[in-house]
Formats: sequence, structure tokens, C-alpha cells
Amino acid sequence: MEILLIIVSAIFVNNIVLAQFLGICPFLGVSNKLSTASGMSLAVCFVITLATLVTYLLNKYLLVPLGLTFLQTIAFILVIAALVQMVEIVLKKVSPSLYQALGIFLPLITTNCAVLGVAINVVTKEFTFGLPSHMLGLGEAVLYAFATSLGYGLAMVIFAGLREHLALSDVPKPFRGVPIALITVGILAMAFMGFSGIA
Amino acid sequence: MNSKLQLITKGFVKDNPTFVLLLGMCPTLATTTSAINGLSMGLATLFVLVLSNMAISAIAPVVPDKVHIPVYIVVIATFVTLLQFLMQAYTPGIYATLGLFIPLIVVNCIVLGRAEAFASKHSIGDSALDGLGVGLGFTLSLTVLGAVREILGSLSIFGWKIPGTGDGMLAFVMAPGAFICLGYLMVLFNKYLAKK
Repeated sequence: MEILLIIVSAIFVNNIVLAQFLGICPFLGVSNKLSTASGMSLAVCFVITLATLVTYLLNKYLLVPLGLTFLQTIAFILVIAALVQMVEIVLKKVSPSLYQALGIFLPLITTNCAVLGVAINVVTKEFTFGLPSHMLGLGEAVLYAFATSLGYGLAMVIFAGLREHLALSDVPKPFRGVPIALITVGILAMAFMGFSGIA
Repeated sequence: MNSKLQLITKGFVKDNPTFVLLLGMCPTLATTTSAINGLSMGLATLFVLVLSNMAISAIAPVVPDKVHIPVYIVVIATFVTLLQFLMQAYTPGIYATLGLFIPLIVVNCIVLGRAEAFASKHSIGDSALDGLGVGLGFTLSLTVLGAVREILGSLSIFGWKIPGTGDGMLAFVMAPGAFICLGYLMVLFNKYLAKK
């Protein structure tokens, strides 16, 4: 039951883009075409899950015992940057086709605040998910990160689909480009607010 | 002297980080639930921008080209951590409201962008002025967006309730209102720029 709640809450109710405002830059930047949007979502999904796993362990077994939690921001961003580099190298060797698909998006992910945001959130915030308020365990944290990144992908793919249609319509001049995109996201966010009834 | 002044004022309209360069969207949308919150987030970013610009301008000549991005990020992260300490000590209320978005200044593209595009190539004084200018532009747009959302959403301004009014439209304080308000403000900004 709790697993289901984590998944539904992270994908729909607290959607990372539409309710938490994380990762907006790539969301607006690469959502022009459905194919690039899905490539980016896949890369983000991979990195968020992996980064959360590593930073969670780092926090629990190194920073907390040594009383160094104030170094969280610096330590996490370094881990994420190193991780992205490593993922890039490993992918290049192991699966060149996947690297071809994700290649250009990977370096961009270091500065995607969704990655650092989720990593910081899972170790500092208390969550409920139908239980009394508690800090997340490792399994829950990784599942939450994975579900959150699925929510990112969902929002990205929906929005890219909308934008492909938007490109064909006759938009008034001052609205062209980012303004109309933002207003569209606003309406999309309103639709997603309907999911808060589920939680 | 004139060019120094230009460094400070260019962030307001010509190179406005929010409306023209479209940088730092996440804190812009997330923290502008009221004018005060927008102002505080802007000032927090300004603090990091000025200090990191100065530090990076000072160390840029000795940083090897290959590792300059990681080095800059560590410098920025250091100032963000410093800011976290200061805010926890002196303004714990605001720190709690802005929450996650204070540590996330590290990945705010405005800060790294200025370090890369300006501070690494100019003197310490100019870099400080550039940080100040861009930071002020960011603060201004965040305050304006926060004020608009506060007026529409809760019919108050800077926490001061407009007398004789009701509750306002809650949607503007919540997520959809952020996107829609910023979208319409950009439209107005585009119209203004087109006229000039």
C-alpha cells in the first residue's frame, strides 16, 4: 500500500515540475520535439535514481556520523557531477546506442536542479505516505526518486506533445515562444492539481 | 564611469535574467508566492552572485582550463553554504519558507553563467558590479512577480491586506498561477521591448 502511495504521490500529486517547480530549465528547453523530450526524460530518470542512491548512502554513512551535514550541498553537487561523468563514460563503453540517444543530454543534467533537489529532499524532509511522518529508508528513498523521475518524464512528454501542436497554430506575436509555453504549463499544472484529491 | 553604471543597470531591462535571458526559472516560479518571498530569494541570489563573481574573478587566472567548471561550482557551493549558515542564524523564518531553494542556488544557471561569461574575464571590481547588476535585475523581477501573485492571490501587498477586500484567487498563489503570471508578464515585457 505504501509503495503504491509513494508512486502515485510522486508521479501525479506532487509532480516534480508542475507542483514542485524543479527542473524547469530543461523542461522548457528541450520540450520542442517529442523525441528529444523522451530522450531527456530517460537520461534524467537514470541519473536521479542513481544520484539519490549514492547521496543517500553518503549522507547516512559519512556525513551524519562525522557531524558534517552542513557540507551536504557541496558534497552532493560534487557527487552528482562526478556521477554524470561516470555514467557518460560507462555508457559509451557498454551501450553505444543508448549513449548515442542520451549523449547530448547527460552533461546538461549536472545543473538540472531536479537531481540535487530530490537528493536533498529525501535526506532532509519527513514524508508521510499513509504512515506517521518519518524519514525515508533507503528503499523508500530510491523508489521515491525513481517515481519522481517518472513524473518528470510524464510531464515532459505531455508538454512536448502539446508544444508540437502549438507550433502549428497561429499565436499572437508577443505570446510566441516561451510566454505561450508558460501559460500552457500553467493550465497543465491546474489539471494536475485535480490529482491532489487522491492523496 | 558610464560603463560602470551600465554594468549595474543592464540587468533591469536589456539583460534581465528572468524576462530576457530566461535563466533561473525554478526559484523564480517556486518562491514568488508573495512579494516579500520573491524579494528575499532575489537578495539571497544577489549575495551569492556578488561574492562568487569576485572570488572567481580572483582565482580565474590560476585555474586550469580543463577543470574550471567543477572549481567554479565548488566556489559557488561554498558561498551558498555560507549563506545557509547566515540565514539560519539571522532570518530563520525566511530560511524555512524558501527551504530547498536556498541550497539550489548552487545549480542556478545565472550564477554559473555570470562566472563563466563575465567574472572569469574581468577584474574583481567589475565582476562585483556585474554580480550586483544581474542580482538586482533578478531581485526586481522576482519582487514584481511576487507582488502580482500576492495581489491576485491573496489581495494584499508586502503582507499588507488591501482593506475591504475578500480572499482573492488562491490559484495564483499555487503552482498554476506561477506559470500563468510569469507568462503574461513576459508578454507585457515583449510588448514593451517591441515598442522601444
